[in-house]
Amino acid sequence: MTMIGESVLRLEDGPLLTGTGRFAGDQNFDGQLHMRVVRSPVAHGRIRAIDTDAAAAAPGVFAVWTGADVADVPPINLRPGSAMQDLEKCRQHVLAQRFVRYVGEPMAVVFADDAYRAEDAAELIWADIEALPPVVELMDPPAAFSPGVSTEPAVFVKGYGDIEEAFTGAAHIVECEFSVGRHAGVPLETRGALAFWNDSADRLEFHAAAKIPHTNRIALADLLGLELDRLHLFEGHVGGGFGVRGEIYPDEVLVNLAAMRYRRPVKWIEDRMEHLTAANHSREQTHRIRAATGADGLILAIDDEFWFNQGAYARTHGATVPVVSATMLPGPYKIPAYRATGHIRLTNITPAGTYRGPGRYETTFVREQLMDRIAAALDLDPLAVRRTNLIGPDEMPYARPFDIGGKPIFYDSGDYPKSLARFLDHVGYDALQADMDARRAAGEMAGAAVICFVELGGDGPFDDVRVEMAGDGSVEVITGVASVGQGVETVIAQICAETLGIDYAGITVTHGQTDRIARGQGARASRVTVMTGNATHKAATKVRAKLLEKAAELLQAPTESLDIVDGVIGVSDTIGEGPSLTVAAAAAEILRTRDAPCIAVEETFENDRATYSFGAQLAAVTVDPLTAGVTIERFAVAYDIGRAVNPMLVEGQLVGGAVQGIGGALFEEFLYDENGQPLSVTFADYLMPTAAEVPDIECLVLEESPSTTNPLALKSGGDPGVTGAGAAVAAAIGAAIGRPGAITRLPVTPLRLREILRTG
Amino acid sequence: MRIHLNVNGTDHGVEVEPRYSLVDTLREGCGLTGSHVGCEHGVCGACTVLVDEQPVRACLMFAVQADGKRIRTVEGLDDNGAFNALQQAFHEHHALQCGFCTPGMLMLATWIVERGAPVSDDELREFMASNLCRCTGYRNILRAVRAVLDRTEDGA
Repeated sequence: MTMIGESVLRLEDGPLLTGTGRFAGDQNFDGQLHMRVVRSPVAHGRIRAIDTDAAAAAPGVFAVWTGADVADVPPINLRPGSAMQDLEKCRQHVLAQRFVRYVGEPMAVVFADDAYRAEDAAELIWADIEALPPVVELMDPPAAFSPGVSTEPAVFVKGYGDIEEAFTGAAHIVECEFSVGRHAGVPLETRGALAFWNDSADRLEFHAAAKIPHTNRIALADLLGLELDRLHLFEGHVGGGFGVRGEIYPDEVLVNLAAMRYRRPVKWIEDRMEHLTAANHSREQTHRIRAATGADGLILAIDDEFWFNQGAYARTHGATVPVVSATMLPGPYKIPAYRATGHIRLTNITPAGTYRGPGRYETTFVREQLMDRIAAALDLDPLAVRRTNLIGPDEMPYARPFDIGGKPIFYDSGDYPKSLARFLDHVGYDALQADMDARRAAGEMAGAAVICFVELGGDGPFDDVRVEMAGDGSVEVITGVASVGQGVETVIAQICAETLGIDYAGITVTHGQTDRIARGQGARASRVTVMTGNATHKAATKVRAKLLEKAAELLQAPTESLDIVDGVIGVSDTIGEGPSLTVAAAAAEILRTRDAPCIAVEETFENDRATYSFGAQLAAVTVDPLTAGVTIERFAVAYDIGRAVNPMLVEGQLVGGAVQGIGGALFEEFLYDENGQPLSVTFADYLMPTAAEVPDIECLVLEESPSTTNPLALKSGGDPGVTGAGAAVAAAIGAAIGRPGAITRLPVTPLRLREILRTG
Repeated sequence: MRIHLNVNGTDHGVEVEPRYSLVDTLREGCGLTGSHVGCEHGVCGACTVLVDEQPVRACLMFAVQADGKRIRTVEGLDDNGAFNALQQAFHEHHALQCGFCTPGMLMLATWIVERGAPVSDDELREFMASNLCRCTGYRNILRAVRAVLDRTEDGA
């Protein structure tokens, strides 16, 4: 039965369409307390005193905590694998200890019997804070940030080849500066947590977990001083992840700590303003980049120095974003010599973490604008410069001589020129450009551009899966990955169904429950389908073998002659005619003599290499010369996913990602004033795209280059929609105004574009 | 104070403070958690419900303002336990991912479809632009609503 490759409908839709989902806010426990966080109103200051008396006396209030009440709780650790030793001293305490370092930093919490009353009481808390000068600008020279910590706690270099020689021998040197503003995932559901002390099991339960339950279980147990087996995490429905949700934030630790101390359920749901000021931001970085090229536009070397705005504290991701930025900047191009120098900087604004396509969205913009600058400097066609530098199919697999977190950069497969050619053909590129040329000649600011990128995903190191088949033939797949709405249940069921020869609709996929499977890596880095998909395939293959073995015995036929089609086992090609039995009957027969409720097979899939794949995006835009407003007329994404388990869901990821990327290209930015006061604190000033601002995103899902890193040949699909979107919009605007490479900063707000037009 | 809300045809008498929002009251007072709170300042539309057949942002309406009115929420959409036409179209067109904005989108779309007036593609885009979705990029949501509109218009 072929299930892999079919656009079957999602198994997860039922409760979401009928209002019976179980998001964080939808869950309640009897006798629960509601937590409200009191956050710093200043960007930098010394806490002289916090007066909690009035709040503690307010109606319904059960307890109030300040930093002193949690002084014994260690700061939140960087996640294993994200560590960079120099960042350890920049970790955040769950409540501010003596100093506050950004507006929104938790400095007290109120627990009350009702959410409204908790909020009322929080308003009564008065903090006496001596304001200190804040660091707001990323590019300010290094200075003291906090006692013993510089504003530049870490600098690192990644590279290969002889940079100096390449620049000495170059026909041209192109130098430029590009930066990307702060934006973030901003899921529609705000963060929430619900912790419950389960007396009968004598354990703490954290409901509404997301993204990486197993990883967070270990980290939380460590923070709370609990033995691991006395803490379990449970994932319900999750209202969008995009990297930002599901990290360990101070707020979640506090909820769990209170539930543990008081042996009562505690619930916390943040409001939107809290989300916009306290959840991880991402993206903000500035690059000073120079390229050495030959006269034909062939790049000989790239030397990039960049600054990454970490905000006030190093959070769980540590140096992930700057390291990925440094290693992924070269993208799909050959670049014989390369050096990236990354400066991690602290400022008195909201701390940073990851956002969908971390490090790739930013550097794809930087690199592709650089390509346009090279084209402009050498009077070449921007697309021709890209083609000149693409890695060729004969060079695959392609290794870059450096690593990312200890793993080699190794492009497993791809035919980049062919994929690009198919995309250009698909969108009618030549005709489109001819049309744009004519419109510009007629005085309109209209332009189109194609950019290229390489995406990574399918990150290991492992995933475990247990496949259980009961005596009635029903199947449960239990995995340590998580759902953030991307369709995990459906694709894993499809892979299991194909392997077993049964219908996917009868397969239950259980994820995000730490009491059901011992290990898991969650939903991060576009890895779920690759890792759990392959683990599922391995485990289901063993279940299949057991079924066939039993069937062979019952049907008196050699095992290798049997197949399973639509849940019926028989001799291949004659199923339905000759002797046969159902999968359920075979399972029941296997279990008949055993003291077990089901046939259970647990398997691990390990992968020490990520998957790498090629993508390209096209944007066609017009610019209004009076308002400097940008209208996107067309937007298309091409992506070679190797093998698509469910093309409909792949397109869903590409389209959704592209629109998020367009948001970061034109609208979304967390702005601060010179005192470090956040200016983007509501949806009226943090602007996300609506249906009115985006076109019908076109997709070309290619399956040209199966991955060589895993048996199912899968590559990742979660991030590529977003990865190239900032670059594509910027390149198209450059084309529209007749100045390729002119966009120096995302988002391209009308104010910024007007300045570029004015200085043209 | 005590108010009466008729939600999806069922009467709910609930005790509220004057400051309680309609969406909080539906969720906590009536136990109907399908309507979601996404921003609490009337921008995202996740809390959209129909009050006397008009789409309303239930985070901006006080529960007392809805006293005695007829309210429809996502929980009332199903067709005897099966998806109604809009729910089915959302399912078939993959018009949801995380599903958090979906109840608000469905209620807004219900109003668009039930108006019974022809809707151009531009109008549909403008109507649906009043609700935010962070996952789908809107394309499939518009396709789903269009599919139902086309069927309704053909049948009318």
